Amino acid sequence: MDIKISVKNLEAFYGKNKVLKNISIDIPRNKVVAIIGPSGCGKSTFLRCLNRMHEVIGGTITGSIQVDGEDLTKTDPVLLRKRLGMVFQKPNPFPTMSIFNNVAAGLRFNGVRNKKILTPIVERSLKQAALWDEVKDNLDDSGVNISGGQQQRLCIARTLAVDPEVILMDEPASALDPISTSKIEELIFELKKNYTIVIVTHNMQQAARVSDSTAFFYMGELIEYDKTTKIFTNPANKQTEDYVTGRFG
Amino acid sequence: MNPSKFFHIKRKVTSVIMMSLSLVATLIALVPLVFIFYYTISKGISYLNIDFFIAMPKPVGETGGGMANAIAGTLLLIGIGGVIGIPVGVMTGTYLSEFGNNKFGSVVRFLTDVLSGVPSIVVGVVAYTLVVIPMKHFSALAGGIALGILMIPTITRTTEEMIKLVPHSLREAGLALGIPKWKTTILIVLKTAWKGIATGILLGLSRAAGETAPLLFTALGNRFWSTKVGQPIASLSVYIYDYAKAPFEDWNQQAWTAALVLMLMISILSLTFRIVTRSKYKTK
Repeated sequence: MDIKISVKNLEAFYGKNKVLKNISIDIPRNKVVAIIGPSGCGKSTFLRCLNRMHEVIGGTITGSIQVDGEDLTKTDPVLLRKRLGMVFQKPNPFPTMSIFNNVAAGLRFNGVRNKKILTPIVERSLKQAALWDEVKDNLDDSGVNISGGQQQRLCIARTLAVDPEVILMDEPASALDPISTSKIEELIFELKKNYTIVIVTHNMQQAARVSDSTAFFYMGELIEYDKTTKIFTNPANKQTEDYVTGRFG
Repeated sequence: MNPSKFFHIKRKVTSVIMMSLSLVATLIALVPLVFIFYYTISKGISYLNIDFFIAMPKPVGETGGGMANAIAGTLLLIGIGGVIGIPVGVMTGTYLSEFGNNKFGSVVRFLTDVLSGVPSIVVGVVAYTLVVIPMKHFSALAGGIALGILMIPTITRTTEEMIKLVPHSLREAGLALGIPKWKTTILIVLKTAWKGIATGILLGLSRAAGETAPLLFTALGNRFWSTKVGQPIASLSVYIYDYAKAPFEDWNQQAWTAALVLMLMISILSLTFRIVTRSKYKTK
């Protein structure tokens, strides 16, 4: 198996509060890994650790995370986050910017100002995010005057524009209606051809539909990690079985 | 009567009473405002002509003349004040909101609150001691510095509050795109909060434009045309003070006109700010 991200003995803390306990997990390249588990189990924290966004909210970690064999704690977080992009639970387009500039933000603010370079990247990213046909005539409109589902795809396009290797998604569809959700899921299916995707989700059908492997987290521990079909049909652990069958959580 | 219906009526009556009380309170609050506008306009309008804006004050005994020097002086003074107060205020506010979640931050916050409560005449005395005495004469610079200091707390606190209103998710969006923290702060957070910050700046400038006490012994006043930063300078507020207490009917009238012009200047400033900071996009 071709490993993209290798996590060993990861522990995460907010102050003295330990929220992740001894997590070891390998995330394969160009696959979708779903992280499931009840609220407060540490799945969002785990996702944030992967591109050091946990530091933004005051978290610390021990253990090792390697991306392509490179130790993550030794990288510059700013450069790291260009390689591991993140899509958040609630769509968060920049309200002062047009659709075009929202997509171009990551590049523009890092020095790429030439419209000749930006225009094809914006078009490509919006097409990848399956939003191009809906907004191509209104690229100069505000990024917040479109529907919630469109905003979330705009945020995905914005993440894709900086050309990441990995896309981390933190419940990307939980604030969206079913039609927008299915669009995001189709999108994930398309994107995994070129990207490695880690998605945190509360929705077990979603995990079953989009992911290749699924990790079940409970109380800060990794209970079980296996092929998605195995987790949902024949889990090895009793807790996993109880959770995926809806008996708790 | 059935009890639920009784409570329903009771709630409706309470609601009507409270609404009326709020309305009365609003009307009472509006009374002084209406009177100020009414008096200033009705008394000031008679001298409001082109001359007032382009002519210089006439010596005692001669009627007519204008306050061109005072209008230019007020603009220069709030200009100098703004050059000092706006950057210091905006940057302090940004610091407090983005990085000031510590002991030092709360000390700064406390001192800013204290500063906003310091009487403006005290700030004038400070500017007198720090600028006028070493320079050995009154100057527009000293007046501008006093006004700048007075603007700082208003601008700082509004900036901080406005930046705090920017959702944390926007900062995270910026950081997650690999945009460094300082760029995220300036290009995303400050830009999003800009409209509110502009309101704070405007409040600071308007307040400074009307200040008289700190100008009396810093900028002093000047009967002649001057735009020299190092020289004493006229201002509308000091003219209002001098002319209103003078024993000449003609001067008293001109004081009203000066007050009207000052109010117009602040309104124009306010309007300009609103147009400049108007959002490019219509909100739904």
